[in-house]
Amino acid sequence: MKIAVALKQVPARDSAPGAAEADLQFEINEPDAYALEAALQLREAQGGEVLVLSAGPARVATAIREALAKGADRGVHIVVDRPDQLDALGVAQLLREAVASESPDLVLTGLQSDDLGSGQTGVILAELLGHAHATLIMAIEPQGATVRVKRELEDGWFQHVTLPLPAVLTIQSGINKLRYATLMGIKKAKTKEIREIPGAPAPAQVHAGPGYAPSRSKQAQIFDGDPEKAAQALAEKLKYEVRVL
Amino acid sequence: MSVLVILEQTRGAYHRMSWEALAAAFALGQPVSAAVIGEPGEAATKGIERLYTIPAFDYSADGYTAVLAALIAQVQPDYVLFPHTYQVRDFAPKLATRLGRVLVSDVVKLHPDGTAVRQHFQGKLNSDYTFTGPGPRLLSIQAGAYRPDAVPAGAPVIEAFAADPGPVRAQAEAPFRESSRAVDLTAADIIVSVGRGIQEKDNLILVEELAEALGAELAASRPICDNGWLPMERQVGSSGQTVAPKLYLAVGISGAIQHLVGMKGAKSIVAINKDPNAPIFEVADYGVVGDLFEVVPALTEAINKLKA
Repeated sequence: MKIAVALKQVPARDSAPGAAEADLQFEINEPDAYALEAALQLREAQGGEVLVLSAGPARVATAIREALAKGADRGVHIVVDRPDQLDALGVAQLLREAVASESPDLVLTGLQSDDLGSGQTGVILAELLGHAHATLIMAIEPQGATVRVKRELEDGWFQHVTLPLPAVLTIQSGINKLRYATLMGIKKAKTKEIREIPGAPAPAQVHAGPGYAPSRSKQAQIFDGDPEKAAQALAEKLKYEVRVL
Repeated sequence: MSVLVILEQTRGAYHRMSWEALAAAFALGQPVSAAVIGEPGEAATKGIERLYTIPAFDYSADGYTAVLAALIAQVQPDYVLFPHTYQVRDFAPKLATRLGRVLVSDVVKLHPDGTAVRQHFQGKLNSDYTFTGPGPRLLSIQAGAYRPDAVPAGAPVIEAFAADPGPVRAQAEAPFRESSRAVDLTAADIIVSVGRGIQEKDNLILVEELAEALGAELAASRPICDNGWLPMERQVGSSGQTVAPKLYLAVGISGAIQHLVGMKGAKSIVAINKDPNAPIFEVADYGVVGDLFEVVPALTEAINKLKA
């Protein structure tokens, strides 16, 4: 089975919001890391190949290399200097070109990104490729020419769905246990292929303005400074105002 | 100019977020119509121009995309609004692509000129999205962003619409729930809830002691349950339980929207977090900005003293 994993490199979870690009640390978007792990487990069970794709500037090669160190076989880097100027359709169009030339049986990606959180890339990509898709996937069972998946619905409900291959699945965070790259894996990754292809983005239909701090609808009473004193002040509020003690 | 809102029904009942999306539509100050795949029900009492009713059929992304694309082609609205439900996330990006448009998803505020506010970095920043291409403009509205009671009452013209869902590739089985819930968090008066900030399973003892001092149930945000540190049945949020206790004390929870929708109805909310910009402080009544490993044991001790 040939599996493509589309992953995004995002600012690390604890970065200062709105910091300049040069001051940021980057990591693989967490839901995409679960998609990669799901792909590696499928390959281990079924045989085949795991291909990793990512669109972005030069720094994105680090994320692809990390995926190769975890065990992916090959990488494709779609080079675009300003991914922030793309909209959701623009990103999916770049991925479509690269995926279509590889004809994988399955395309996996995370359900959403931790930075922009649009939650659309996988679904748009499926429509552009003409493939069936399913979202919020908790489990994957390949069955020959089809794949049976467990989808998460709302309020604790689930559903099994069977799709014909090729198909696109968006993976829910936490469906498996992420592996670390081993020293051997890191060494091997250095010799694995990362193919660079130039991205030619279409003009965006949607423009995202600069980030700004949200205004608070409710003003919390904040205690900070000495933890002992803050804890004492809060405990008194719980007793005399919230009245739960 | 006109707005079309796609309402959602699950097993014949309206999803409450349908009315929130409808309320957002009125913020645009344009004539509002709506559509539902199912019976008109409560929507027939809303103050909208027209209600398009489409005979109910089982959900599939293929079927919903085909039918709604046909409806939009006929109605030609300037805006199409959706509630940002799990089902909408499954088909609306596909529908937008079919129409050659881009959906702006998970919108928290909509201005009359069509500027849409979205959250970045899980609620730490906002960004104003503007449409630069041709219409229709497609948007999905975040849970809780608008009050459903902002929708006026009225009697819309009801118009039946039919289109062929076409071939459906996904074979869906009946929805199911995992084993029945042993823990009913909705019955708890006080909940102490723990998130990523706790760092390791072994550190849970700190929040367990706090919960015991308060006589509280212990709950968690999704990553804690994903890691298997607490059972899934203790999860609060869009994929877990929705609670409204007298006191919700959030420890080391940043407050991603998926968590907030499950607890922001609590009477009092207390947050302990090291990041003063964490979105949890936006819904909190009281907050402690500090290291939970220092604050939580001190709080447990202070509570035990005050109780004595």
